[in-house]
Amino acid sequence: MNKEIYKKVRNNPKFSKLVKKRSGLAWKFSAIIFIAYYSFILLIAFSPETLGQAIGDGVITVGIPVGISIILLCIILTGIYVKRANSEFDKLIDDIKDDVRFDT
Amino acid sequence: MKDLNIIAIIMFLVFVLATLSITYWAAKRTKTAKDFYTAGGGITGFQNALAISGDYISAASFLGISGLVFLKGFDGFIYSVGFLVGWPIFLFLIAEQLRNLGKYTFADVASYRLKQAPIRILAAFGSIATVLLYLIAQLVGSGKLIEILFGLPYEFAIVLVGLLLMILVTFGGMLATTWVQIVKAVLLLCGASFLAFMVMVNVGFDFEKLFSSAVNVRGSINIMSPGGVVGDPISAISLGIALMFGTAGLPHVLMRFFTVSNAKEARKSVFYATGFIGYFYILTFIIGFGAIVLVSKNPEYLDIAKGVLLGGNNMAAIHLSHAVGGDFFLGFICAVAFATILAVVSGLTLAGASAISHDLYMNVFAKENASEVDEMKVSKYATIGLGISAIVFGIAFENQNIAYMVGLAFAIAASANFPILFLSIYWKKLTTRGAVIGGTLGLATAVVLVILGPIVWGQIFYGDESKAIFPYKYPALFSVTVAFISIWFFSITDKSDSAKREIEAYDDQYIRSQTGIGAEGTC
Repeated sequence: MNKEIYKKVRNNPKFSKLVKKRSGLAWKFSAIIFIAYYSFILLIAFSPETLGQAIGDGVITVGIPVGISIILLCIILTGIYVKRANSEFDKLIDDIKDDVRFDT
Repeated sequence: MKDLNIIAIIMFLVFVLATLSITYWAAKRTKTAKDFYTAGGGITGFQNALAISGDYISAASFLGISGLVFLKGFDGFIYSVGFLVGWPIFLFLIAEQLRNLGKYTFADVASYRLKQAPIRILAAFGSIATVLLYLIAQLVGSGKLIEILFGLPYEFAIVLVGLLLMILVTFGGMLATTWVQIVKAVLLLCGASFLAFMVMVNVGFDFEKLFSSAVNVRGSINIMSPGGVVGDPISAISLGIALMFGTAGLPHVLMRFFTVSNAKEARKSVFYATGFIGYFYILTFIIGFGAIVLVSKNPEYLDIAKGVLLGGNNMAAIHLSHAVGGDFFLGFICAVAFATILAVVSGLTLAGASAISHDLYMNVFAKENASEVDEMKVSKYATIGLGISAIVFGIAFENQNIAYMVGLAFAIAASANFPILFLSIYWKKLTTRGAVIGGTLGLATAVVLVILGPIVWGQIFYGDESKAIFPYKYPALFSVTVAFISIWFFSITDKSDSAKREIEAYDDQYIRSQTGIGAEGTC
């Protein structure tokens, strides 16, 4: 793959659009997971009582639904990302490839 | 299970035969290096997801986490969540770039614009260290497990697993390894689902009843809240870092992303894998609590004199399978546990062998003088070499505390492999000097801190955890920090001409990593 093609891609406005959209989503989602997980870990470390509180009169504690929610959050965000990447982002990449091909 | 369990043995033999047939089938289709390392790149996203889940849900993870939940309740959950959160981050930031830049190993990516020899040597060293530690830990655990499950002597079990893995990997390569992993993942997911289902049948599908019976049986409400597993904040954060970033540095998992045909399939595989693994960890939570209710007071499963479970806490899921499904289901779960061990050690060995043949032999020592045939040959010798060392170490470490080995493997993955991979993708100013010095320091810090830590220095040398020089069990917080800071420092102070070229080469690498233009397997 020669430098010319990479140069064309770099100058293609669709490339900046792709990078902006995808990186934006990727970093935003990573931050959400990071914050959710570290809040969980820091609560365990500094304030175990918070997660140890019983819900209502039963024995189930706050920590259990919180833990399960983090697992579900991982699955849901992964799903959204894959869906957008496989349609929207891949289409942009194909467009960029087409542009480069027609140019040459 | 002191007596030989006939049903377990039969199922075990069936599985061994199935493995050998898969190997035979795969061997006929494994002709080129690409076939050997990546199953020819023809695995679908869904199949790859099952294989990744299989790599991830090792016997240590299935039996260990359900055992931890059985022992500590909620605390076991902390590990489950930690093991899972690495996945989405990996998908968002690394998976696609890894695929677009690499061919067979993550060193392909790290050395894309940096100097081949030093980066490959370091990456191969990190990979081999991670693989070998993980391999020994799995093998020692499996020897013990097979000893208990099937009544076979420990050494015999180790040699058996070692031989099977060598046959499987040498002849069947990635194709056989992947399919054995897929079969096992399906069996394990079904088995665990059935276990959890039977637990829920027992409590009338009422979670409140499951947890309140467990609290009654244990006689303490503590199992419902976070307790002592991660005592101090530093350990908690450090464990979190090791789990999160370690995942993105495990060579046998990274390698799986080269077995699918394109980026679309690679992404899909992470989504399905996250689903399978997340679902599985929720099951282990139910299984652990189910074992508290159904197993912990049943004299059939207890060592009465010591008042503990027969075979230790890791046997919680195994005993539970007998309690809810009788001898037949017990036999099934035992065979699945064995399958799990074999599949995981095979994947590890293949990753280690490819680091030796593809990174060290092909790209550092032989270079243009070697053909693909030579590379294949070297990778097969490497497989046999790794298999034999695993057997020897496995027998030598029989009575050692091996818990630190998995921790160390994750720490090395997080502090040597991950920073180099991550920065080579995202940081333009990374230079060879920075990567080599920083990666080496990260690796060294992880190793030294584990040796000075509570388990090795404290427990193994002095028989007392509090004697440790370094007080924390998990060094990742420190070693990952050391790695990133030193990579940064030694890169920005690198003013050589080669550094300038490496920085200039980033722009083109960036386009390939983002779009896949010029990537392996595309035109």
